[in-house]
Amino acid sequence: MEIEVTVNGVAYRRDTEPRRLLVDFIRTELGLTGTHIGCDTTSCGACTVLFDGVPVKSCTMFAVQADGHELTTVEGLRRNGELSPVQAAFKEHHGLQCGFCTPGMMLVATALLSSNPDPTEEEVRWALSGNICRCTGYTNIVEAIRSAAATMHETAGVES
Amino acid sequence: MTTTHQPATPFEMGGIGHSVRRKEDDRFIQGAGRYLDDIQLPGMLHMAILRSPIAHGRILSIDTSEAEATDGVVAVVTGEMLAAHGLAWMPTLSGDTQAVLATDKVRYQGQEVAAVIATDPYVARDALSGIFVDYEELPAITSPQQALEPGAVLIRDEKEGQTDNVAYTWEAGDKAATDEAFAKADLVVTLDTHYPRSHPAPLETCGVVADVNPATGEATIYLTSQAPHAHRTLFAIVAGLPEEKIRVVSPDIGGGFGNKVPIYPGYVVATAASLLIGKPVKWVESRSENLISTGFARDFHMHGELALTADGRILGLRASILSDQGAFYADAQPTRFRAGLFHICTGSYDFGAAHVTAKGAFTNKAPGGVAYRCSFRVTEASYLIERLVQNAAYELGMDPAEFRLKNFIRPEQFPYLSPTGFVYDSGDYHTALRKAMEMIDYEGWRRRQQEPHPEGKLIGIGIASFTEVVGAGNSRTYDIAGLKMIDSAELRIHPTGKAILKLGVKSQGQGHETTFAQIVAEELGIPFEDVKVQEGDTDNTPYGLGTYASRSTPVAGAATAVVARQIREKARKLAAHLLEASPDDLEWEPGRFFVRGVPDKGVTIQEVAFAAYTNFPEGMEAGLEGVHYYDPPNMTYPFGSYIVVVEVDPEDGTWKVLDMVAVDDCGVRINPMIVEGQITGGLTEGFAKANMQWITFDENGNCIGSNFLDYLVPTAWEAPRFRLGETVTPSPHHPIGAKGVGESATVGSPAAYVNAVIDALWSKGVRNIDMPVLPHRVWGALNGVEVAP
Ligand code: FES
Ligand code: FES
Repeated sequence: MEIEVTVNGVAYRRDTEPRRLLVDFIRTELGLTGTHIGCDTTSCGACTVLFDGVPVKSCTMFAVQADGHELTTVEGLRRNGELSPVQAAFKEHHGLQCGFCTPGMMLVATALLSSNPDPTEEEVRWALSGNICRCTGYTNIVEAIRSAAATMHETAGVES
Repeated sequence: MTTTHQPATPFEMGGIGHSVRRKEDDRFIQGAGRYLDDIQLPGMLHMAILRSPIAHGRILSIDTSEAEATDGVVAVVTGEMLAAHGLAWMPTLSGDTQAVLATDKVRYQGQEVAAVIATDPYVARDALSGIFVDYEELPAITSPQQALEPGAVLIRDEKEGQTDNVAYTWEAGDKAATDEAFAKADLVVTLDTHYPRSHPAPLETCGVVADVNPATGEATIYLTSQAPHAHRTLFAIVAGLPEEKIRVVSPDIGGGFGNKVPIYPGYVVATAASLLIGKPVKWVESRSENLISTGFARDFHMHGELALTADGRILGLRASILSDQGAFYADAQPTRFRAGLFHICTGSYDFGAAHVTAKGAFTNKAPGGVAYRCSFRVTEASYLIERLVQNAAYELGMDPAEFRLKNFIRPEQFPYLSPTGFVYDSGDYHTALRKAMEMIDYEGWRRRQQEPHPEGKLIGIGIASFTEVVGAGNSRTYDIAGLKMIDSAELRIHPTGKAILKLGVKSQGQGHETTFAQIVAEELGIPFEDVKVQEGDTDNTPYGLGTYASRSTPVAGAATAVVARQIREKARKLAAHLLEASPDDLEWEPGRFFVRGVPDKGVTIQEVAFAAYTNFPEGMEAGLEGVHYYDPPNMTYPFGSYIVVVEVDPEDGTWKVLDMVAVDDCGVRINPMIVEGQITGGLTEGFAKANMQWITFDENGNCIGSNFLDYLVPTAWEAPRFRLGETVTPSPHHPIGAKGVGESATVGSPAAYVNAVIDALWSKGVRNIDMPVLPHRVWGALNGVEVAP
């Protein structure tokens, strides 16, 4: 089946098998390997991408379902050649160790902050509850996201 | 001696003690890490593995014809085909043999039976349903107790001389002295507990891309490997390939925790397939495959006894363990120690006698016995003694903190020879515990515990004051499969003063690219940003045994410091030449030599590096580089005290963490931010094991816990918050005084959580609940009701 999908602002037209999972399409057919696979039960969130701005687990969708939609993967988080506030905060707050969960975590965080610019710790933790990290114990991930929120506030303040 | 460490270098230089941000993060936060599954090679084929649906059965026949006829299938591999090449069985890290693809019997659910190689991973998986295997089912043995019953079916009937299901027996310590101690005891406290089967479950599963060049026979094996050099050697031995023709490359690793120490059948099959077909073959296991077939951890049934005096002194310890090894004895641990380093189970306490016996049994479960974020069974050992000590204190009517303070090894006793033969390098246990008590307001919590709770909840306070033994070896005592447990570092300073450091260990998230660069920064004054750290490629790094058992900093970190110091000595001579002074007249400050008394007259390390290639004195070898193989004189002994306060709801048996403090002493901290990250992760994994994470089997040997819906791991929602503290007692024998920290919290914390729950329930008559401390178990214990496990 031929599908058209926009990923990180780039339009792709590809012929793909109807049963191909979106995550495999992204990784193999588009070569965007920052989206990871950590489970086979929709449990871990390593495969999280933004689907029209909403975080989805790309292991649990078919590529053909993305036809006509817009996706953002970790490769699309940079803005104007610079790290996004979420990316920068993950590094600054040591929010990653092996890095395998990190793309999914950052995409969930990015979506959260766009709908809730000043989340409480509870809200951050709840938003992350579909994503597993086996390394960090989450503390620094939560801190990174809250600090990214603060940075985004400040920058917004400066601009206005 | 507790000290504090003041960094000797400025922050930008990033020497020891600076929380500089991690160099590796830039690629990970941009999705530019290169993990195994990201590797695509031209013409690459994909492998899928057919696994046994039953726990125990004889293979009557395997029919692969339908699979072979499937479009896109290139080959179907069976055990018989491997047997023709002598590859149906392979050695384990513990000197046993393990089936690569089953030929005679299947011995656990999930065991590898056949493999399909196809042009597409979907096709490979589809074709598995075109393989038909006839089994004659045999009774499944699902516990070590059952395995040892007379008349139990023999699991390892292929093994010459094996007449029962015993995998090993082992003992340590002094039985006579221990019997004597117990004869003198006023009180003996016992505990029987099961440390349940668990799985490290790093977020990235295991996998391989085997690329054997058909023209040259050279094999490049990309592997999710915590020990690439050891794996290359074992590949050479198993497959009979010349070692120089094998290159193992361990790319970015998405967490290891011990799971990526063994060699798994899938690696061997993919390599054999690539060799036979002449094309690269990729195999990446699914999460279910990971959980049912690769390295499990723990599964120790433990019995412990403490001999005590009426006034609260420990006289001796007896421990016996029965371990569930699964179908093959595949523990990844030093050859001489059949039960790992479990005999560190005398813990942080000073007493004269201990005797430990261990027996392992084969069962119809997956093999492994890996040290899950643990130094070879230290976790089980620490759990047993810390649980025992708490129960002993209560039986004596003492506060468990007071009991510990009374029995701790005292600071002046180090180096301390333990009754099971370890020489603890350094420690100050009293200070760590007192600090933790102060941080959490121990006395305050004890008072609050006595007050009636408005909702009837029960408060519990649990302590664990663990001592680990990490950083194997020395080479005299420690080897794995004959390979001595050394590690190495190769350091070259380029003409422009930038450096490359090559190591035999392999990071899986621990931050080696930053931490080890910081050691070079400390020793040579080259900014850590200017030091590239390279690991994982056996063709481009010096030999080493790998990263597990918290050994990277104790061994490879030491090698790094030593080689950097050797280079500094050569640099001194070069500086002397440049300054026209005698080497003895030069002083060193981070990054610079200068003439004593004339601080202005000096040269930087960068200038010296340039001279090493452009202006070296006659008779001196050019270049500025070195390699050092470090053989540690002793292990290191990190320790700490953790205190956790929980609230138990007697209505439904749930419990939650109200507060937790963790005071760790891992010696000198190279990068405090990274150290704290390791501790936080470990505390969370300890919580996971105490609260939810385990793998069980039904009576037919079906694995319960084969995916993340059944094998529960904590998310941000369940994970507790922690407060961290530190003391610093340097290791006296380590060049920079560091001890290793990656596993302390997984080792130490489970007992603290369980002790807290038992503390809450002690007055209700509850003496033990095994992990995971699930609500129904708590409820059953409180109500005196037998509940299903
Ligand atoms: S891979 Fe998609 S949720 Fe785990
Ligand atoms: S950083 Fe390793 S899984 Fe999250």
